[in-house]
Amino acid sequence: MIKLQDITEEELLYGSLACAGCGGIIALRMALKVLGKNTVLVLPAGCLMATCGFFPQMAVNVPLVSTAFPSTPSTVSGLVAGLKVKGKEDITVLGVAGDGGTADIGLQALSGSVERGENFVYICYDNEAYMNTGGQRSSETPYGAWTTTTPVGRNKMWEDKPKKDLLRILAAHNIPYAARTSISHPREYMDSVRKAKETKGPAVIHVLAPCPSGWGTDTSKTVELARLAVETGIWEMAEYENGKYKVTKIIKNRKPVKEYIKAQGRYRHLPDEEIEKMQKQVDEYWKAMS
Amino acid sequence: MGFIPNKLSDLPAGAAFEGGHPTTHTGNWRIFKPVLNKDKCRNCLLCWIFCPEAVIKKGSDNVEITYDFCKGCGICANECPTKAIEMVKEG
Ligand SMILES: Cc1ncc(C[n+]2csc(CCOP(=O)(O)OP(=O)(O)O)c2C)c(N)n1
Ligand code: SF4
Ligand code: SF4
Ligand code: SF4
Ligand SMILES: [Mg+2]
Repeated sequence: MIKLQDITEEELLYGSLACAGCGGIIALRMALKVLGKNTVLVLPAGCLMATCGFFPQMAVNVPLVSTAFPSTPSTVSGLVAGLKVKGKEDITVLGVAGDGGTADIGLQALSGSVERGENFVYICYDNEAYMNTGGQRSSETPYGAWTTTTPVGRNKMWEDKPKKDLLRILAAHNIPYAARTSISHPREYMDSVRKAKETKGPAVIHVLAPCPSGWGTDTSKTVELARLAVETGIWEMAEYENGKYKVTKIIKNRKPVKEYIKAQGRYRHLPDEEIEKMQKQVDEYWKAMS
Repeated sequence: MGFIPNKLSDLPAGAAFEGGHPTTHTGNWRIFKPVLNKDKCRNCLLCWIFCPEAVIKKGSDNVEITYDFCKGCGICANECPTKAIEMVKEG
């Protein structure tokens, strides 16, 4: 596994206009450290585009193509084809989109690019809602969470559906490499990015990237919360490679789900029996996986 | 650190452009400032890898924090295993 001491000092992302403590920025910075300067980045509408590549701001130090909300994988495909014609196949084409841009509006394009077997790296930074437009739900918003379109109030309309399982959707495409990982585990995450780069063909990484503004958490807790999601068993670290689904981190003594839920404003309304229900679901999931 | 454009032609244009044009010193957003106690730093590099703003620098014995782009999020202080970083209110 990658050692922190060996990771380059070269910074390819700084000066973004993201909120203090943004998990998405951490995800992109770490990825660029592994991929290096010989990379072309594609960003769609979303927080990273709005805070890193909005005229005249340009916080990433690799060429950037900004594209429409549903089109990241399509733009990636076009760049891969263009670079092939130019004989520049050594350049990594990297698409980075949010959970909305990936699991909702970009899913069809992603499915197409993966199915065509093109050679690219794609990262979905998951902050579990449409954060750039003020925090509407996405299909990656977890059960029980408040968003502006799942308001709590008297009618208790908090999110009532589970997260869409992106890794298993990709596994169903028999993708060469896909991973579910977290910014709280930089070595594991950056190792996944390295593997994705080395993969000949499509490689997709789904990385948990907390958003202090949308989750109602202190800016200093971004990494701690991502770690808690893993340690409570809510966020399973896993890989799909060579046709096999593999859990990459087995947590021996899982922390209570309640610890993770109670630490966030977006779950403030949630009654204890709902948290117990979530705990039961997590326990059942891990029992089935073991 | 960072390239601040002086004239119009320095600025990126269009939907595809070259990298590297941060135009705002986001350090002035800061309310709390991370202050490093060098004696406590074990150079584990956790703060360095987690800092969203890339303002912590590697050094031979300890890391060093620069402030032009530090937003004062406090992740470095929260993650430091030896509590070598303290968040101090900006004056
Ligand atoms: C076709 C289209 N619909 C809606 C929008 C408005 N829009 C811009 S960013 C965004 C949300 C993006 O959410 P996500 O992909 O999760 O990224 P995040 O902002 O959370 O980083 C929306 C709805 C748009 N730009 N284009
Ligand atoms: S709203 Fe959330 S995801 Fe968007 S820039 Fe702020 S912290 Fe990052
Ligand atoms: S996390 Fe703490 S001990 Fe580790 S390098 Fe940073 S300041 Fe030093
Ligand atoms: S306070 Fe935040 S931005 Fe400033 S050095 Fe620490 S981690 Fe980096
Ligand atoms: Mg999102």
